[in-house]
Amino acid sequence: MSDPRNGKRPRPKLAVWKLASCDGCQLSLLDCEDELLAVAGAVEIASFPEVSRAEIAGPYDVSLVEGSITTPHDLERIQEVRRQSRVLVAIGACATAGGIQALRNFADVQGLVGAVYGRPEYIRTLERSTPVSDHVPVDYELRGCPISKAQLLELVTALLAGRAPDLPTSSLCQECKQMGVVCVMVAHGTPCLGPVTQAGCGALCPALGRGCFGCFGPMEAPNPDSLAARWRELGLTPEAVERGFHTFNAWAEPFRDVARREDGR
Amino acid sequence: MRERTLRVDYLARVEGEGALHLRLRKGEAVEARLEIFEPPRLFEGFLRGRACTEVPDLTARICGICPASYQMSSTQALEAALGLEVEPAVRDLRRLLHLGEWIESHALHVYLLHAPDFLGFDDAIRLARQAPDPVRRGLRLKKLGNAVMRSVGGREIHPLNPCVGGFYRAPEREDLVALLPELEWALEAARETVRWVAGFTFPELERPYEFVALRHPQEYPVNEGRVVSSEGLDIPVAEYEEHFEEEQVPHSTALRSRLRERGAYLVGPLARLNLNADRLSPPAREALEEAGVEVPIRNPFRSIVARSVELVEAVAGVMVLIERYRPPERPRLPVPEALPEAVVGHGCTEAPRGILYHRYRVGADGLVEEARIVPPTAQNQASIEEDLRSLAPALAGMDRAEATWLCEQAIRNYDPCMSCSAHFLTLTLEEG
Repeated sequence: MSDPRNGKRPRPKLAVWKLASCDGCQLSLLDCEDELLAVAGAVEIASFPEVSRAEIAGPYDVSLVEGSITTPHDLERIQEVRRQSRVLVAIGACATAGGIQALRNFADVQGLVGAVYGRPEYIRTLERSTPVSDHVPVDYELRGCPISKAQLLELVTALLAGRAPDLPTSSLCQECKQMGVVCVMVAHGTPCLGPVTQAGCGALCPALGRGCFGCFGPMEAPNPDSLAARWRELGLTPEAVERGFHTFNAWAEPFRDVARREDGR
Repeated sequence: MRERTLRVDYLARVEGEGALHLRLRKGEAVEARLEIFEPPRLFEGFLRGRACTEVPDLTARICGICPASYQMSSTQALEAALGLEVEPAVRDLRRLLHLGEWIESHALHVYLLHAPDFLGFDDAIRLARQAPDPVRRGLRLKKLGNAVMRSVGGREIHPLNPCVGGFYRAPEREDLVALLPELEWALEAARETVRWVAGFTFPELERPYEFVALRHPQEYPVNEGRVVSSEGLDIPVAEYEEHFEEEQVPHSTALRSRLRERGAYLVGPLARLNLNADRLSPPAREALEEAGVEVPIRNPFRSIVARSVELVEAVAGVMVLIERYRPPERPRLPVPEALPEAVVGHGCTEAPRGILYHRYRVGADGLVEEARIVPPTAQNQASIEEDLRSLAPALAGMDRAEATWLCEQAIRNYDPCMSCSAHFLTLTLEEG
């Protein structure tokens, strides 16, 4: 099928989906202001409700999925998205780790819903907030809360070129050293998740003099227990250590387990 | 009896997930529902037990479009509770960050989400094929808003520099001054935006809204002020809950707010401009006059004009703040880890979509005991539904596609953010 406008071969069809999330990762695509129209020219934006009321039926060459699974409806939707998509990319902490709404996973959800809603019977929600990969096979994951625009562009470019995207798996510390930032934990005793967090943001927090709080989730093969021990030496209570690991990537396994062990202390 | 149902299962060009359901009979709406099916994320629930210092990082995640507003409302509420008062330079930095967010969010809405409606395009990308210049102008304005946010907040989405007590690090003056040449361009581009949108054709609809916004003695309201309305409400932020209540309806995961005495009300650029036109900076006032628009504006479709005038206001405001900026002596006040007793604080700032109210109760252990967050879209929900009802006579003469598009557009007037509104909290029940 050729593009009727210019007779060239069809552009890849891109779809963007949203589950439980804040819209920030989709916005990262729109925040590629300088490249946005170029990307929109290189692909056919077939379904992207945040941007367009036009919708072209699947199947899609690439689906970007933002958000975690928290409702029975979204559980069905993700299966359908997978069926319709040749390449499925989970974008952001919600889609890759359950997101901030996974903090419910450590509580009694019915109790939580009952406590916050006058009419809990109107609310349909699952016990847990889970990443996309818990339910369907995922081809690539972009970490971050929010994702990095540079990584998003790298991913789109790589997929268009038919190569694997070049995404980091090392720790934030490595990035931090490359930036020449003085280590906030060594120099100032500030608790920092950098040693166990995946690189990707450009070490923004240490550059501001605060500790990393883990937007990009656990790096490959981290040692969170060792870091937790160091934080306790710095004077943090077990509860404070747990809260440090309990943010946007709390349900990612290495962070989740540290929190549990802190619970048992 | 001729009955017609208009339904849009997934609203486009709004932030988050919503649907529209309208049932018409003999030119009247018998049912008008904005259904927000954004999954509830239970923020107020899991803010309990968190340290005050963690709150701004968490509340930012309610919304990727206006995270700074969530940080500003929550830091102010917590500082009120803890008795912290920041110095004027920190206050200026907050206003700067917040105005950066207005520029980013307003440029996004005006150019990418709303303008295509008036010009008959499904989206800005298709619009750009016909008219690339305005879309490029919008993207450049948006980029500048992001640059302001990044310079002050460290990152445009989910800024990481703001904290309870101020900022982790004050920006260098030269980094902000470096933005001035682009701001000079943006001031003219924003004025051009007002001219552009003022020339659109607006569907006819006027309603007797009660407008609600902050009001400050000197400034166009952003971060501070009393809560005022066009019907004479004038209260300090701490009395918000004495006058406003929320109800839960079965068709929406967002709570709907109402004024206790009077019902639906409207927040956002239209309300802000109508109540605060006398506080506009000279360039914004000139832009408003040049557009030939008189306040109060009661046609909701003209909200795009109000939003564009606010683009001028925000750019001009950012320039003033940068020109007078000197780094604060103490960018960050220390936050007490323990308190003699439990304390309560209220905060309200103007998110791009309207007032955003937060209340926190903090225990003597310094941990949050209770949080309450009322976002603008939940406050506007009743107004949106009343707008849809009011459109019924106009819809009667239209074919389905045309009528549906007009209803969608009426909803997009509000730049609604479902992600913001569907995170829930305590509520007042209206039975029956």
